[in-house]
Amino acid sequence: MKQYEYLAKGALREHGIPIPPGRLVNNPEEAYQAVEAIGPAALKAQVLVGGRGKAGGIRFAHTPEEARETAKAMLGMDLKGYTVERLYAEGKLDIEREFYISVTTDRNKKVPLVMASLAGGVEIEDVDDAQIVRQWVDPRVGVLPYFGRELAQRLGLDGVLAREFADLVVKLYQIYREKDAELVEINPLAVVDGHLVAADARLNIDDSALFRHKNVELIDEGSEIEKKVHKIGLAFVELDGDIAIMANGAGMAMATVDAIQYFGGKPANFLDAGGGASVEPTAQALDVLVSMEPKVIFVNIFGGITRCDDVAKAILQVRNTTGIPVPLVVRLVGTNEKEGVRLLEEAGISAYSDMAPAAERAVQLAGEGRS
Amino acid sequence: MAVLLTKNSKILVQGITGNQGRFHTKQMLAYGSQVVGGISPGKSGEQVEGVPVFDTVEKAVEKTGADASIVFVPAPFAKDAAFEAMENGIKLLVMIPEHIPVQDSIDITTRAQELGVTVIGPNTFGIISPGEKTKMGIMPNHIYKPGPIGVVARSGTLSYEIAFSLTNGGFGQTTVVGMGGDPVVGQTFISVLHHFKDDPDTEGVVMVGEIGGSAEEEAAEYLKTFGKPVVAYLAGRAAPPGKRMGHAGAIIERGRGTLESKEKALTAAGAQVVTMPWQVVDALREAMASH
Repeated sequence: MKQYEYLAKGALREHGIPIPPGRLVNNPEEAYQAVEAIGPAALKAQVLVGGRGKAGGIRFAHTPEEARETAKAMLGMDLKGYTVERLYAEGKLDIEREFYISVTTDRNKKVPLVMASLAGGVEIEDVDDAQIVRQWVDPRVGVLPYFGRELAQRLGLDGVLAREFADLVVKLYQIYREKDAELVEINPLAVVDGHLVAADARLNIDDSALFRHKNVELIDEGSEIEKKVHKIGLAFVELDGDIAIMANGAGMAMATVDAIQYFGGKPANFLDAGGGASVEPTAQALDVLVSMEPKVIFVNIFGGITRCDDVAKAILQVRNTTGIPVPLVVRLVGTNEKEGVRLLEEAGISAYSDMAPAAERAVQLAGEGRS
Repeated sequence: MAVLLTKNSKILVQGITGNQGRFHTKQMLAYGSQVVGGISPGKSGEQVEGVPVFDTVEKAVEKTGADASIVFVPAPFAKDAAFEAMENGIKLLVMIPEHIPVQDSIDITTRAQELGVTVIGPNTFGIISPGEKTKMGIMPNHIYKPGPIGVVARSGTLSYEIAFSLTNGGFGQTTVVGMGGDPVVGQTFISVLHHFKDDPDTEGVVMVGEIGGSAEEEAAEYLKTFGKPVVAYLAGRAAPPGKRMGHAGAIIERGRGTLESKEKALTAAGAQVVTMPWQVVDALREAMASH
């Protein structure tokens, strides 16, 4: 789960990493007060999209009056589909150099990875690999100061900057561990008056670890419909097509989306109804698909733990309550298949046993695909 | 023959008195797995499906000689369960739960490496060796049959789909291994492929991969010297970047983990990469014939 910039900065401050003076701003009056207190400042929209600056989400205010007017214009504005509800007012910095540092998890090596570069200020993907220094962490040892000194040396830093950098690496790793971070990144790590300051920061917390971070504000950055399905507890991603899809298991759901596209159709969503979902959540998920007003609904089930009769019951329940006003294509095989297929047939729905013809039929019914 | 899990494996079930633990103990016994004990603190002396329950792994190992364990406890307690198993000599550990914190998985896999423990998962359907009539996992029993194909997959249901199509297409399996859908898991494609390479009964391999990470790309390097036919299916062709497709690990981040990159690497290494799951059987038939 991504954290807003002001929360990431807060975590840095808690751990003693220098950040520019800043304040959270909820209304124009607070913007006035913020600039009165900290002087000329950048007003930064607190949204979780990249490229804020270019989209008009970072503006400068030199006086309190200017801050109030700018905040008026920014609060409530739409930034790449997200409404700006809060700003972070941050003192302007006179930046001499821009570095990069992050701690993240290396999936292949299964250990934390510290990445650093003297070429900061741009996305790290755009930095030439030769300019990036990588050091892996033994999780049994963690990051001790020598690790930071070695990293500073490999970057070619010396003097005050090397000392400050080594100290900062230790603290950044503490944040990574204590916050169960997937990523903690400072970019740019600015040099101001010869000292390091974290000018911008990102903090992504592992969703699976939220149970032990009760004070973390829950942020669902999904669309309205995504938020609705996430609340049922199912994985859902909105896509821009018009064939709604339900499958069981993440891999199957991905493969089903792929299959619709393979036959030339446009998938409306990814929905994993769970590896062993029972009648009720399956019906709820179907209700959401109906509410999306797709051209066709495609249900693709390989019942392992999921029981085909449960899926059939869910389909019939939705048909008899909300109603399913669009063509429905069902592929149903696996555990309790006979019972499931029989229930559907009694209600006049014929089920496919193979995925390919079913996906092709769904695309046909949507009037899409190759002719 | 089979890899990692054989009929001699003596299996414990950690969390045996929970709903999942009970249900799958029954399924595993029905398949033929040698489930010798279960763990549920405070419930020693009870039985589940005729299997004795112990308070601790230590006691269970002492009484049964178990060398393998499958974990069904809720994710927040999974690290504790995994370490309890490893510190008491368990050598094959299957971690079923989803939503185990990644940093717990880092600690588990790091310790496993030190102790020489094979960890399957987390967030996996487990492992099954049809020819040995044994399984540790939650997969349906009826879709597999003994035969010469090794399967290694990142996702459950999708691997069921493919295993069942193999079975119907006349290709039985030596062992089917679920790596798990999390970012950090015990096995890599390479570590599992290595076992299949050494297993004389495994004549061909099916890999079921997906977007996210670079396990497939790393595997491609290894495949160049693998020596057995490999067919790969990769899910997530239509997935948009930046979105988690159900599995915590299935995400294209910052331009990494794309399907194109995986497909290119595997194809260059000589694997047959198919576009759709139903194409696996024909591709395998072809690959086996021309090998």
